[in-house]
Amino acid sequence: MELLVASGIGLLFAAGTYLLLRGRTFTVVIGLTLLAYGVNGLLFAMGRLNTDKPPVLSLDLEAYADPLPQALVLTAIVIAFGMTAFVVVLILRSFLEVGSDHVDGTEPGDPGTLRTYPDGSPVEPVRAAAADSQEDRS
Amino acid sequence: MSHWLVIPVILPALVAGILVLALRHDILLQRITSLASTAACLAVAIGLLVQAAGGAVDVYELGNWPAPFGIVFVLDRLSALMVVLTGFLALLVLLYAINGWDRRGRHFHALFQFQLMGLNGAFLTGDLFNLFVWFEVLLLASYGLMLHGSGAERLKAGTHYVIVNLAGSTLFLVAVALIYGVTGTLNMADLAVKIPAIPAADQALLQAGGVLLLLVFGVKAALVPLHFWLPATYSSTSAPVAALFAIMTKVGGYAIIRLYTLAFGADAGEAAWLAGPWLLPLALLTIIIGMVGALASRSLRWLVAFAVIGSMGTLLIAVAVFDDKAMAGALYYLIHSTLIAAALFLLAELIAERRGQDGDRLALKPMPAQGDLMSGLFFAAAIAMAGLPPLSGFIGKLLILDGVRDNASAPLIWATILITSLLIIVAFARAGSLVFWKSRTVEASRESSELATRHYPALPVVVVATLIAATALLTAFAGPTMRYLEAATDQLMRPTAYIATVLGPQPVQEPTLAASPEVSP
Repeated sequence: MELLVASGIGLLFAAGTYLLLRGRTFTVVIGLTLLAYGVNGLLFAMGRLNTDKPPVLSLDLEAYADPLPQALVLTAIVIAFGMTAFVVVLILRSFLEVGSDHVDGTEPGDPGTLRTYPDGSPVEPVRAAAADSQEDRS
Repeated sequence: MSHWLVIPVILPALVAGILVLALRHDILLQRITSLASTAACLAVAIGLLVQAAGGAVDVYELGNWPAPFGIVFVLDRLSALMVVLTGFLALLVLLYAINGWDRRGRHFHALFQFQLMGLNGAFLTGDLFNLFVWFEVLLLASYGLMLHGSGAERLKAGTHYVIVNLAGSTLFLVAVALIYGVTGTLNMADLAVKIPAIPAADQALLQAGGVLLLLVFGVKAALVPLHFWLPATYSSTSAPVAALFAIMTKVGGYAIIRLYTLAFGADAGEAAWLAGPWLLPLALLTIIIGMVGALASRSLRWLVAFAVIGSMGTLLIAVAVFDDKAMAGALYYLIHSTLIAAALFLLAELIAERRGQDGDRLALKPMPAQGDLMSGLFFAAAIAMAGLPPLSGFIGKLLILDGVRDNASAPLIWATILITSLLIIVAFARAGSLVFWKSRTVEASRESSELATRHYPALPVVVVATLIAATALLTAFAGPTMRYLEAATDQLMRPTAYIATVLGPQPVQEPTLAASPEVSP
């Protein structure tokens, strides 16, 4: 059982890490979700893997299922769920506003998104943001 | 056990709910409620600081469950200091934001209160998993605040910020799982008791968990090479949010100080001072990257963002040697760098506003409106940030240099801090001379003369001046401050009283068997 659980968690982490490093935001979100699953498995396994053990604490028992990791996993699931919902909305908004689902917000090699100052020097991303906020204000 | 201890967390939580549900259409009521709540938090925090200054550690058991079974809030000198610093900064930032920033998007005040709740919770908790939860609370609020007012560039930087922090949270859970699996507890004081007794066979897992936590806190503290998210995030978000985020990097610093002095401190056996050998070289790299980045910046906000990275490097160098004197210096520098980073972020926006189309770009353009006032404020803030006398940056760096004197790598640390100080002075001098000095020779454009006649509200300027004045006060009252910080360091480095207060006079013999390997079938 140890081998099965350990390699399952390892597989989730490997796939999650691979997807996290991809260039498109959707795969990144899937990667984060897989990582969260892997972590849940790891947290759960940290209470030790045993079967047919009583769940409730009693001093007479030699061995029992540790209840704490289950509480931790529940918290982790709720938080990961909320975060995933948030990040999906964020990338959707970002896609609609920026026009690209690449994590950097620009298609690789696309010169169309390069902005310049009136004097011709290229605009750093942040400067463009400041320019935007100036526009908002006026 | 007094209930005051939980107020800095409960109050913003309640107020945030009221702001979202009942007051969301009335910006004036929102402002009043939000200001009142933040001011009340600050008042309670000052009360807690006075209480903690006596030296007693106070414990609040949530739901009256005794530690290590329940979650506890612990008040010692360091956490009281951090809560006061958060309250003070938040109040000033809020005064700045009510000048118009809070109308740029919805729910600014509610998110602000949630952020306060998360920050105060992170500073007060005495439980590792609970620290994770507070991290998530403050991060989720910070995602909302960071994107406040929106705009394409902010969304781009925001996507990076959110994804990096989500990956960080995942690693936090991995570390928590490893440490729980080995020790069977997550209460920090209980960890301090259990870790010395961990057998050699489990040391690898324990230390892997400990170093992973350093990685997680390093992401928050912008420790190189985990700093890439910071400059774009801080410089593309709105000024008040960036100013509030000045305390966010300190959350990472605080967590490093707390965990690695308490659980992995002098008494931790094989895992003693686990963070030191990793933290010192990375902190040296951080200060170099920060200051060189500041030198290469093309706008004021990038300059300040990199200066923040550099100041985190300075702070973490002093933490990494884990020495009494250096730690007290680090805490002093922590207060200073939070206040001055916030002042500079706000000031950068004030200057950008007064330059119109040119914004905060470092280029030779006409003099900003209200040039004398702005240049005076910038001069004072730059002096403080660079660490020149007479403001508090100088004293902070001096204390740190003096504190690391006994360390084996002192020459390296001294050389790095002094050379990078020169770099940051050059960076700020270049920025100041471009924006304020040489710009006198540039003829006023139509826009700049129009901007010069415009009326500017006084409140934001007063806020910035107050923050700078606070660093002056920190200099004037460096003596009493240092006495408090030395006492705080004493509590950190010798946590026996902390542990005894949290776990009670006779620590309960824990019947948890999870840690013992024979449970496994």
